[in-house]
Amino acid sequence: MTISKEKRNLAIAGGLIGIIAIVLVLLGNPKNMGFCIACFIRDIAGGIKLQTAAPVRYVRPEIIGLVLGSFIISLVTKEFNARGGSSPMLRFCIGVMVMIGCLAFLGCPFRMVLRLSAGDLNALIGMLGFAAGIGCGSFFLAKGFSLGRSHRQAPLEGAAISAVNVILLLLVLVAPALFAFSESGPGSMHAPIIISLCAGLVVGVLAQRTRMCMAGGFRDIYLLKDATLITGFIALFIFALIMNLATGNFKLGFASQPVAHSAHIWNFLGMFVCGLGCTMLGGCPLRQLILAGEGNSDSAITVLGLLTGAAISHNFGLAGGADSVVDGVYKVGGIGTNGKVAVIACIVILLAIACVKSFAKKKED
Amino acid sequence: MELDCRGLSCPEPVIRTKRAIADKPESIDVLVDQRAPLENVSRFLKAMKYNVAVEELDGEWKIKATK
Repeated sequence: MTISKEKRNLAIAGGLIGIIAIVLVLLGNPKNMGFCIACFIRDIAGGIKLQTAAPVRYVRPEIIGLVLGSFIISLVTKEFNARGGSSPMLRFCIGVMVMIGCLAFLGCPFRMVLRLSAGDLNALIGMLGFAAGIGCGSFFLAKGFSLGRSHRQAPLEGAAISAVNVILLLLVLVAPALFAFSESGPGSMHAPIIISLCAGLVVGVLAQRTRMCMAGGFRDIYLLKDATLITGFIALFIFALIMNLATGNFKLGFASQPVAHSAHIWNFLGMFVCGLGCTMLGGCPLRQLILAGEGNSDSAITVLGLLTGAAISHNFGLAGGADSVVDGVYKVGGIGTNGKVAVIACIVILLAIACVKSFAKKKED
Repeated sequence: MELDCRGLSCPEPVIRTKRAIADKPESIDVLVDQRAPLENVSRFLKAMKYNVAVEELDGEWKIKATK
């Protein structure tokens, strides 16, 4: 059996990203959160005062690095391609809902793999929901779901999100007092800024070159019987697992996992929302950041949707709370009533959009 | 047969290609204007035992597949 060049590159990139993620934890990032696109965008929403949850406020340089890494390498390889206009408002709304789903679970698909590699079995429940959501989205794709065609745009439109990230980085460096930073909790835990930024840049380059996507891996297996994209996902898991075993961070079980809850049904449904939404968007939150850096303004709008979704999740009490020990008693976390209503509403709305754009789209095309 | 997948983002070009070759045509041309669909559609057609050649023209590509 021969391994294709694409699979080999994805395996190498996935392995490197897994190692980088664990190193970031060793250097200060929260446990099982070397990289988490949802958590880090949520922290940025707190850092720029869009949400005020005290423990989760920091301008994560990893996110800035991911966008700029993709932007720089796409300029170098002449793949920068300013385009957009494929249902931007719907993409924004789907981005909001994907974030609500991720924060109900407490992590994006990237962190789901990292949590799994550290023995957190709650992430396995999340992965079942993620796979089910992608299966549901794939059904609609097979029925003709489409958010419509994008068109070429002016280079400035495509580069705008990268410019915003450069400005954000400069402001954090020269005027940090403008921003809010957590004094305790996950937001206060971070690797040195230069290392976080470099890690983001490297992962941005690797993800841009290999088209790595956590949602695409499952989707391509369902729709095309093609295991190319999932190779990156598997390599990431294996290398992070080895690193976690080597550094003593592996702990198998459901209880007392770092920044995680064991409310199984909401772990499942949160990631179901994420899987369905990501399939409708054409890629996971990591992929949206990379595409945004490449000049795709639809993905840039989606990233703004993710940012807004993070602010909504925390300002309206939708996000999950981790399991905790209170007075010696283990207390299962999860999401409150607002969060439960929001997750169910997201599923209903996503299904409604999917139905309309699958079955009523022929008139538009 | 020619299939216009310009402006469509992944995975739509591959799904439309899959649908278009359901009747096993001897040849098909697929137009794309982004790198990811170029790679994905080419990979899919090769997996479906087509010979694949690519023509580039002004930031767009024509994937020419023949049995």
